[in-house]
Amino acid sequence: MNQPADRADIGTEADTDVRRWRGVAEVDADEAAERMTAGGLGGGSRRLLRELLAPYRRAIQALVLIVVVENAARLSIPYLVKEGIDTGIPPIQESGDLDPLLLIVGAVLVATLVQAVSRNLFLVRSGRIGQDVLFEVRRRVFRHFQALSPAFHDGYTSGRVISRQTSDVDAIYEMLETGFDGLVTAALTLVGTAGILVLLDVKLGLVALLCGPFLAWLTNWFRKESARSYQVTREKVALVIVHFVESMGGIRAVQAFRRESRNQEIFDDVNDQYRAANLVAFRLVAWFMPGIRLIGNITIALVLLYGGYRAYQGEVTIGVLAAFLLYLRQFFEPMMEISQFYNTFQSASAALDKLAGVLDQEPGVPEPERPRDLPQARGEVRFEHVGFAYVEGRPVLPDLHLTVPAGQTLALVGTTGAGKTTLAKLATRFYDPTSGRVLLDGVDLRELASDTLRDRVVMVTQENYLFSGTVADNIRFGRPTATLEEVVAAAGALGADDFIRALPDGYDTDVSNRGGRLSAGQRQLVAFARAFLADPAVLILDEATSSLDVPSERLVQRALRTVLAGRTAVIIAHRLSTVEIADRVVVMEHGRIVEDGSPEELVAAGSGRFSDLHRAWLDSLA
Amino acid sequence: MPDSAGPAPDQDPPAGVHSLWRLRGYLRPHALSMTIMLLASLGGVGLSIAIPLVTKALIDGPVTHHESRGLIGLGLLALALGVLEAVLIWWRRWVQSATVLDLETALRGDLYDHLQQLPMSFHSRWQSGQLLSRATTDLSAIRRFSGFGLIFLITNVLQLTIVTVVLLEMYWPLGLVVAATAAPIVWLSMRFERSYVLISRRVQDEQGDLATLAEEGAVGIRVIKSFGRSEHVSAQYEAAARSLHATSMDKVRLSAKFWTFLEVIPNLAVVVVLLLGAIGVGKGYLTPGELVAFITLMLSLVWPIASLGVILAMAQEAMTAAARILEIFDTTPAIVTGTREIERPRGHVRFEHVDFAFPDAPDELVLHDVNLDIAPGETVALVGATGSGKTILTALVPRLYDVTAGRVTIDGVDVRELRLRHLRQLVATAFEEPTLFSMSARENLTLGRADATEEEIHSALEVSQAGFARDLPWALDTRIGEQGMALSGGQRQRLALARAVLAHPTVLVLDDTLSALDVHTERLVEEALRRVLADTTGLVVAHRASTVLLADRVALIQDGTITHVGDHRELLATVPAYRELLAAEALDDTEGGAA
Repeated sequence: MNQPADRADIGTEADTDVRRWRGVAEVDADEAAERMTAGGLGGGSRRLLRELLAPYRRAIQALVLIVVVENAARLSIPYLVKEGIDTGIPPIQESGDLDPLLLIVGAVLVATLVQAVSRNLFLVRSGRIGQDVLFEVRRRVFRHFQALSPAFHDGYTSGRVISRQTSDVDAIYEMLETGFDGLVTAALTLVGTAGILVLLDVKLGLVALLCGPFLAWLTNWFRKESARSYQVTREKVALVIVHFVESMGGIRAVQAFRRESRNQEIFDDVNDQYRAANLVAFRLVAWFMPGIRLIGNITIALVLLYGGYRAYQGEVTIGVLAAFLLYLRQFFEPMMEISQFYNTFQSASAALDKLAGVLDQEPGVPEPERPRDLPQARGEVRFEHVGFAYVEGRPVLPDLHLTVPAGQTLALVGTTGAGKTTLAKLATRFYDPTSGRVLLDGVDLRELASDTLRDRVVMVTQENYLFSGTVADNIRFGRPTATLEEVVAAAGALGADDFIRALPDGYDTDVSNRGGRLSAGQRQLVAFARAFLADPAVLILDEATSSLDVPSERLVQRALRTVLAGRTAVIIAHRLSTVEIADRVVVMEHGRIVEDGSPEELVAAGSGRFSDLHRAWLDSLA
Repeated sequence: MPDSAGPAPDQDPPAGVHSLWRLRGYLRPHALSMTIMLLASLGGVGLSIAIPLVTKALIDGPVTHHESRGLIGLGLLALALGVLEAVLIWWRRWVQSATVLDLETALRGDLYDHLQQLPMSFHSRWQSGQLLSRATTDLSAIRRFSGFGLIFLITNVLQLTIVTVVLLEMYWPLGLVVAATAAPIVWLSMRFERSYVLISRRVQDEQGDLATLAEEGAVGIRVIKSFGRSEHVSAQYEAAARSLHATSMDKVRLSAKFWTFLEVIPNLAVVVVLLLGAIGVGKGYLTPGELVAFITLMLSLVWPIASLGVILAMAQEAMTAAARILEIFDTTPAIVTGTREIERPRGHVRFEHVDFAFPDAPDELVLHDVNLDIAPGETVALVGATGSGKTILTALVPRLYDVTAGRVTIDGVDVRELRLRHLRQLVATAFEEPTLFSMSARENLTLGRADATEEEIHSALEVSQAGFARDLPWALDTRIGEQGMALSGGQRQRLALARAVLAHPTVLVLDDTLSALDVHTERLVEEALRRVLADTTGLVVAHRASTVLLADRVALIQDGTITHVGDHRELLATVPAYRELLAAEALDDTEGGAA
């Protein structure tokens, strides 16, 4: 029925000249999942759905009861109309007796009221279950993402974490809001109407039900085709969105490199692909809707013909004929609506699948079953024969042995890829070592509750992320129970008090507002104040100052002396200025320690890697 | 120039019919299709009225009077009308699909085209997400209304009128009952619709807040983890989710009331019609066939009446959407192309008494009275504290922004007189925050020169030490950027540099391009860059002494103006502010410590 040719050229990519731009990439895991589930629920999502609905068993049973009552009331009305015509009218004609008619009209009124009450009850109750489930999904997914290790987040990217919690949850929301009610009503109407028709008059009912196979065939065809076209449409709209957002986000580069006309060419192409995909989808509906109407109208005509003939023979009454026509109307109407929420079901089931996939992920660094106590942390960090590999067979750290005594400030130096950041991530238990162990004050990190560990060990990186909210909120993130005085004291200790007070609203300045925009150096100071307020025994700084210009760095440098006093610190830096405040320098290469000593010793040695770096750095300053 | 920045992104412009009307040009090519759609739906209305009338004739004629004549004829007529109705629906939808999608696609293409021409001053105020919602959600709203809403607004009103007239004609007391119910339904559904829109917006806002928290939980995960604050943020998130739950329940309750109401009203009408109609039949004012037709016709009005509220809301939505889109179309590009071209460019760049202020803060001069003369082939480093205006200064050369006073010239020609494409061919910039698009590495590299040869790409990669691009899984055809291979900050900067070098500009601007490179790579890149800069005019924003050494001269910029120009060593020796910026504190420390 539909032009398959349209789809053939949409499916293949990177084969025409315009489409070369996109390049080749591995198939996205989400896309793949979506493709697999097109048309039905996967095992994971079915389990998730069962689990989510389990607490509502009774509520759902009640709901079923309500919906049956509602539909019974609704379906009784045409029957009562028939009764009105067949048994209400003759007494009036014969003796002017209104009572039978009034009785029936009263019944219609009662049915209407029952329907109204049960309908409202159903909508509110099913809405509540839906909202409760939605809340539970949100809660679970958010907490689960929080529980998953940074290793997971490194690979999964924040963009996908966000879209799981926004567009996927929205898809479920939409289904609950529109689709669920429609589906239940459609199904019950279908079954109920079919039953009543046969009960009213077997022969006429069977003629009416002749439409069944055609309806089933048409609906099935539509379901399959729209699953496919939905898929293509999704991919095409994603292309449009990505290209649009990136062009606008990178408009500076677009304009600086005169990219406009090529961009227009690409955009016109993706825009047109999207149009073509949408056209396929729209035209499916353009076949389906009139198709249903055609079947409905033919059925009505047949009923009219056959029913009229039998009424003429006196085998059925006019009332029955009228009831048939009214019922058939109700019968086909919800069928037409199915097409409208079919896509909603599609995207909701894909979303459920993706969410189930996330919830099935095990946290990479599990909580200990019986966590050990750590009464007072002195802050000694030990690496014992630690081996680590991100990818099996390619160890980043082969066998590392290192003790940082309590109170020492250690600088880690080395080229990119030497394993410095990995070491920091092991010390904060973002990852667990593949072999050996990491100890805090003699206790294996794996035996510590994460709360205990996070209390004692804090890491500051160069992604000095600020949350929306005020400056004070952001500092307080280090210790949510801190008073404003303590916040101010922490900022003061770092020399950040002055600039914060100079902001439009001081400590209450919203960091995401225009006036509250902080420079990179200021943000870093806030991040340090946060760490200072948290007051950990061990502080790890991973390239924490590398994005700063010299004056800001100097500011932070001065603050660091305050922060580091009295605690263990591991500083990772590629600029040597940071190293100057260290008691001890460790030079790493290919996951091994190649030099170890105080800065003075290493510089004085004159021939080592550190002294080379130091010299190069001094040169660069000249 | 106030219009260069355009309107504020977060306020809805006043909407009215006129804004939709202004977009009528997009419908003009589809006049024929629109006429077909309108006729097809009018035909549909006629048929939906005709079929119950055939039923009536059938009941009152053959059935009541026991005449078999006409039975088959009327039955076949009903069949024919039924088939015709389906065909008309198909025809309308078939035509409509292509029409509305063409309309939407054309509008979206034009919007994109226009947006690409709007200057940085516009884009710096509008986030790409806000623009996207115009290109998607708003366009769909217009599509829905023009393809569906508009047609049904006309046909529904017609259907209502005709059916009411037919009903009045048939038996006026009943007709009056039906007509009387229509008014309160329309009025109430419009009112419901209004509260519904309000509460929907509240739900949307709260969803937005929740999304922000989800985003922070994802982007800030490392900070959250390292402070062990998962519980804290989870509690925050749950509080927001709970509040959304409450608002959503309000919405559920409201719409439950609305839908119940919509279903009940026609049934109540049935009660009245059945009562009065049956009495009418009993007293002989009405035939049984008429009563059946009456009820069928009346029920056929339920949807047109109920949907009026929805359609009016749709129209309102489309008007707002149109106004939001027109707002962008009405923003005229403040940076327009000149006409001149420099035939043999040498690259003599001059800033003459340049002032600059952002359009939304015209009184705050970011740059004032900047004067700088860069000889052809010379490289000048710009040094200054964060926020001193270095980046803006470099953006004035390729006219990403325009000066507010004074002028920038290349080879003596004001850049505003040059053809824009020509100017931007002369000047290439490698930005500090490199923008990579989700495209192949090659497409990203050849952004400024689509016709670059393999050798040229090769040598540009050499200069920027970006040879890694050839080792990607599909070499230069590998997709990079957000939707492709993830690259490190240093790798991204090197690709951005290669992109600028590949453009073979007469003037090369490097905006702190090497900040994310490690010391070793930085040195290699600088060596190679020296060769490129030998015969190219260079403007280099520098934070580190090593980068400054690429330049022949240094310009120190303080508080928005150039205060000193000279040789690096000279400035280091004579200007304390310069020393403050480039010499690290540690230097004093080691010297102090040694002493």
